[in-house]
Amino acid sequence: MRRVVIVGASAAGVTVADALRHGGHQGDLTLVGAEPHLPYDRPPLSKELMGEPVALREPGHYERSGIDLLLGTPAVALDPASRLVRLAGGRELPYDALVIATGVGPRRLPGAERLAGMHVLRTLDDAAGLRADLAKARRVLIVGAGFLGAEAAASCRGLGLDVTLVDPQPAPAAAALGTAVGGVLAAAHAENGVDLRLGLGVRQIVADDGRVAGAVLTDGARVAADVVLVAIGCRPATDWLAGSGLPLGDGVEADATCRVAPDVYAAGDVASWRHPDHGRLRVEHRTNATEQAEHVAAAILGAPAPFRPVPYVWSDQYGVRLQAWGVTGAAHDVAVVAGSLADGRFVALYGRDGRVTGAVGRRMAKALRQARELVAAGAPWAEAVRAGPDRAMMPAPTDQRTTPARSTT
Amino acid sequence: MSRIVVDEEKCVGGGQCVLAAPDVFDQDDDTGTVLLLDADPPAGQDAAVRQAARLCPAVAITVATP
Repeated sequence: MRRVVIVGASAAGVTVADALRHGGHQGDLTLVGAEPHLPYDRPPLSKELMGEPVALREPGHYERSGIDLLLGTPAVALDPASRLVRLAGGRELPYDALVIATGVGPRRLPGAERLAGMHVLRTLDDAAGLRADLAKARRVLIVGAGFLGAEAAASCRGLGLDVTLVDPQPAPAAAALGTAVGGVLAAAHAENGVDLRLGLGVRQIVADDGRVAGAVLTDGARVAADVVLVAIGCRPATDWLAGSGLPLGDGVEADATCRVAPDVYAAGDVASWRHPDHGRLRVEHRTNATEQAEHVAAAILGAPAPFRPVPYVWSDQYGVRLQAWGVTGAAHDVAVVAGSLADGRFVALYGRDGRVTGAVGRRMAKALRQARELVAAGAPWAEAVRAGPDRAMMPAPTDQRTTPARSTT
Repeated sequence: MSRIVVDEEKCVGGGQCVLAAPDVFDQDDDTGTVLLLDADPPAGQDAAVRQAARLCPAVAITVATP
């Protein structure tokens, strides 16, 4: 493999590049980024409303590793037949292997996006703009109470702002976690003084002289705001692949090994692949970007295999960490197997078709770690729920991971 | 000098290190944050510790080469 081109210079793209070099790739390695900044980590943007970048690698890393980093040059087209990526400005990059790692872009509220004070949060520039606007604001309206909106709400409370959080679902993160577990987050936001407006959408953004002034909600209530953050989810960044002939659905569609077409692979938020246990999946978690990237690099280096992770996501709100393993969702069976939702300290299992598919925990890291093993094993639902995370452990076949003997120095 | 360094600020609490090397790593039960039990474990732990570092989703574990 002589020339590898990686389109997308965030967590997935950078990890593919490094893993290829570590794995012995000697040929050219080109990493293409749409943004002008050196690759940076995205979670701190929402989790800490960080306006300064947390670099993924030190600046000298790329040159030292023989990675040709092209920044501020989004890819605009792909021709798989002639194996060419075209960049904005017209430059064409030939490749022998291509990795698609272009991530996702934020959905926006149509019509209002040009108003001053309207924000989305995906890129470093987004975060810096939001941060600057929040410094002058008193009241912020956050539209969408998924992980991003809920984390931003908690961060804004930390800055002393009045926060209204609106979502059509009955609880924060309800699409990901269901309403019962989402209710724990609702309680945390209420305790911390967030004005929660659940089961409601935004009917209209109210403007005053080119600047946002608030919104009218679907129940007719009017909410005043100096800043509006729209956090209503993302769309895979696949526009540049239109006309390429690659299979595009919810993301670019890869097989179980993350291969999209001959010598074309996908990794990270943009990649939809066939998980051997869960079927077609697209995961927007930071940890998946790294894991899938390592997997794709191995495939390019000649060791393709089905990609079978236990997805992991965490969300920090008000100094408390919620953690989730596997596949969870509003339509899954849910059972609390340790602690209690009322205490906000719990482990809940998620299941479908008689098997454990996911686990969510808060303030019970050890019990959750055990529950993760149930997820990884696809343990039978009824037994797992009856026994709880400690006793439903499948016997570990080869190693001693269930006997955490301690030693200290 | 310790051979293993953990960055608690970077740690995302996944607990993969504890699964890989339970004699070396533990987790704070409340936050999930890594607790280093043994910063200079015996050589028999090397493979497990390196696996822990590789599995860490936050790249929060650094292992010095002896």
